[in-house]
Amino acid sequence: MKDVITLHINGDEIEVGIPTHFTLLETLRYALGLTGSKQGCDKGDCGACTVLLDGKPHLACIMPVYEAIGHQITTVEGLAEGRVPHPLQDAFDLCGAAQCGFCTPGILCSAYGLLAENTDPSRDEIRRALSGNLCRCTGYTKIFEAVEIAAESLRSGADPRDIVAERYDLVFPSSSMRPAKHTAGSSAGASHA
Amino acid sequence: MRNEDLLPLQEVTADAPERLREVAEAEYRTIGGRNRSTDGLFKSTGVAVYTDDITFPGMLHAKILRSTEPHARILSIDPAQALALPGVYDVITGEELPTPYGIIPWTPDEHALALGKVRFVGDAVACVAAIDEETATAALELIEVEYEPLPYYLDPEEALAEEAAEDPIHEPRKPGHNGNILKRVQLEFGPVDEKMAKADVLVEDEYFFHGTTHTPIEPHCAIARMNQNGLLEMWSATQVPHYLHREIARVLGLDVAKVRVVQPAVGGAFGGKSEPFDLEFCVALLAVRTGRPVKILYTREEVFYSHRGRHPMKMTYRVGASSDGRILAVDARTILDGGAYASFGLVTTYYSGQLLTAPYEIDSYRFDSTRVYTNKAPCGPKRGHGSVQPRFAFEISLDKVAEALDLDPIEFRRGVFMGTGRTVNEFRVQSNGFLECLESVETASGWKDKFRKMGYGRGVGVAGSCYISGTNYPIYPNPMPQAAVQVQVERSGRVTVLHGASEIGQGSDSTMAYIACEELGVPLDYVRVFSADTDLVPVDLGAYSSRETVMVGNACVMACRQIGGLVRGSVADEWGIEPSQVRLAGGWAFDSGDPASPERRLPIAQAFQLAEAGHGTLGAVGHYNTPKEGVHGEYRGGTIGASPAYSFTAHVAEVEVDPDSGFVEVNTIWVAHDCGRALNPMLVEGQIEGSAYMGCAEAILEEQTYKTGEHQGALHDAPSLLDYRIPTSLDCPEFVPLIVESIDPEGPYGAKEAGEGPLHPSLPAIANAIYDAIGIRIDSLPFTPDRVWRAIRDAEAAKSAEEVA
Repeated sequence: MKDVITLHINGDEIEVGIPTHFTLLETLRYALGLTGSKQGCDKGDCGACTVLLDGKPHLACIMPVYEAIGHQITTVEGLAEGRVPHPLQDAFDLCGAAQCGFCTPGILCSAYGLLAENTDPSRDEIRRALSGNLCRCTGYTKIFEAVEIAAESLRSGADPRDIVAERYDLVFPSSSMRPAKHTAGSSAGASHA
Repeated sequence: MRNEDLLPLQEVTADAPERLREVAEAEYRTIGGRNRSTDGLFKSTGVAVYTDDITFPGMLHAKILRSTEPHARILSIDPAQALALPGVYDVITGEELPTPYGIIPWTPDEHALALGKVRFVGDAVACVAAIDEETATAALELIEVEYEPLPYYLDPEEALAEEAAEDPIHEPRKPGHNGNILKRVQLEFGPVDEKMAKADVLVEDEYFFHGTTHTPIEPHCAIARMNQNGLLEMWSATQVPHYLHREIARVLGLDVAKVRVVQPAVGGAFGGKSEPFDLEFCVALLAVRTGRPVKILYTREEVFYSHRGRHPMKMTYRVGASSDGRILAVDARTILDGGAYASFGLVTTYYSGQLLTAPYEIDSYRFDSTRVYTNKAPCGPKRGHGSVQPRFAFEISLDKVAEALDLDPIEFRRGVFMGTGRTVNEFRVQSNGFLECLESVETASGWKDKFRKMGYGRGVGVAGSCYISGTNYPIYPNPMPQAAVQVQVERSGRVTVLHGASEIGQGSDSTMAYIACEELGVPLDYVRVFSADTDLVPVDLGAYSSRETVMVGNACVMACRQIGGLVRGSVADEWGIEPSQVRLAGGWAFDSGDPASPERRLPIAQAFQLAEAGHGTLGAVGHYNTPKEGVHGEYRGGTIGASPAYSFTAHVAEVEVDPDSGFVEVNTIWVAHDCGRALNPMLVEGQIEGSAYMGCAEAILEEQTYKTGEHQGALHDAPSLLDYRIPTSLDCPEFVPLIVESIDPEGPYGAKEAGEGPLHPSLPAIANAIYDAIGIRIDSLPFTPDRVWRAIRDAEAAKSAEEVA
């Protein structure tokens, strides 16, 4: 059985045809080509599929797609503002918080949900907020650090790169720390307000 | 000629003179910096493409039918009903892929689909290609397989029994051999019995290492497509594209030049994707037969059954020491529980003895290791291949020896430090920072105020280890380079690095980019890295044995230096100075003798243009092969475990044990790791933390076990991420990574490995800390609450029995 439904994803209103048994994750990945959200277990154990529904983290792999209708869905592809990465996304790279990167989209969504509610989370609060997302590479330390740096950036407006440079006393914030001019509001048209 | 607008991203601009002086004075410009990765932003924005993110028009989906029997003859397979299901395109069985394969050329004992026999629950039996996953799954139910069950063995000692050899799991490779034994290795270095007889202290115990599995968050996935021009293309979540390339061609009977293997981003591997798997052969053959692209994505359950994880080992260790704290003799006997197939098992058997000896001075050493087949998912290489288990047994033994000698275990280890030179089994060690590692964890952990001083229930433990930076010899013998890199430099300033290393999250792509920046002076975002596509890049053997940094790194340095030499020469000619005076750094070519000189300073792209005008298009290849002279002993097996460079690690773990529940909480692990030079300390810390995390998890949480009941025999006990407990963010201790840099002459800029070594001491350090906390030795893993609780009760019972007596 097939059906056509309307979803609100990353600021877009999208009509999509789906087999009626599809989960939200299957719809994102296989019907819409939004492959940023990952499938690690397909049964709600690993958290790699985590997306935001009305700003709150949800497991897309165990959510029938019909339950997502009428909600604002945000995936990892929708966190950046146009070509400017969200401070979380930048901090994950700056801190080495993404090794293989497979759990990263889900972790970013959980962290985004946390920071929306708590702009100055303690490390324990971060640990709790991310406890539904399994990471197999990092031992989580660098992830905690990245979330802390993103939180600081969101609070103070400071660029995550400057926070990292100060924290590690980097003598040359080398070009590798500054790969591109991140001008907020640039790349007109690509921003999902 | 000077047009600074050409280089909008040049990092040194207005304040050039001052900054260039700093650059000129720095030993390295990029190496050693906490730099961004080349792919981090792709991963954090959802742009990175993993295998299952790829789809092709007309692509079919395939599913594998797996054995429900642990050991049985296949009497018949009837796919007729499955083939009749609408939407099913093809069904293949073992007879279509009769060529056996195996990652080790001497032990090819696997078939993509079982041929005649199944050997574990989960063995692949047939494969269906259909229009979608649902149809393929439905078709599996319609395939009828008739089995004749055979006796099966889950315990290696049962498989070793005489009657088991009558119906062995594999046919003996030679007449008179036992088909249940893959390999036995016995090696002796020095007069062990004589030395042991002289020992003042002798510690002998049995240790058990349970099995664990890799659990990458990305399940295995492969896609194949047969093109009209006869090229078979494959995309796979593999960490060994080169070996996959060879094996796909060999098993399918194709010309290897007409096969292309591409490794997209890989979502974790840890050794669990380091050999060809059934799904890759199946999609390849189905693509050839149907003419359609075919994809297989493992379910999480299939990932657990494909396994290749850490071997369970039963180990008996005898260690003899003199009263002045020397290790006189070590005598080890080990049984490796291999599961149903060989995998890397031949090497694992050697590694279980060969990798143990450094960083210690050991007078004599003997080991006797036997790898046995059992009817379980095959074991293979997991991070710290073959040497994490013996290290567990040995480092606990050393703790016991130190206590018997009344020595602090760190002091004792200092006393037996080997330094550089030869290990007892004759491996050449050219750099060894183990003493600094010990010092570092001792200070950082506050060891002296804690050891034997924390009171009942709390304690600290120490352990050390050594690991290889790549294997001195490739898996299939050949005299060609082990690694190669091609570098192209373009007049825009852009540098392209093409290399074969497998980026699996460890940072090999970034590492090659850092080397290109260091050698050619370009900013990081001027470097493009392409890797692991057999059509585009030179051969590299893959991401295993911690070989990429040393081997591919050296190849990259070689290629870059050729081009750097041309560029410096051309610039020097222009300025009338010596080429050695020209420095390429920070986005500029400049006179290192006078960095402030505006006349002798050129944006790097213009320097490249001078060289291109003088020498033609700029490109170079570099390669690396391991040194063959004097790196190992000349005995049979002496090459296995030999490496161009060895890394060293020391851990201190601090634990809390709740005697009422048996729950062990690991609070902090201090890890000092000697990685040679840290090419990027942030990436090295990430490897240290990730390794210690994985070791800690193996100690207290994880266990790959099988059901043993009559009606459920040999089923995996916990094939899901809920039941197989890998740590969440709440389970992890605090990790304190401490980098030690003993510059190795063989490594690029002195670098050695960091990805596997730092795992080893986690387990014995935790074991030794538990002893410090509660005074009870637990020599069997894992330290789950039930086992620890039982050990405490047993010890109490033994004590009161002693008191009564």
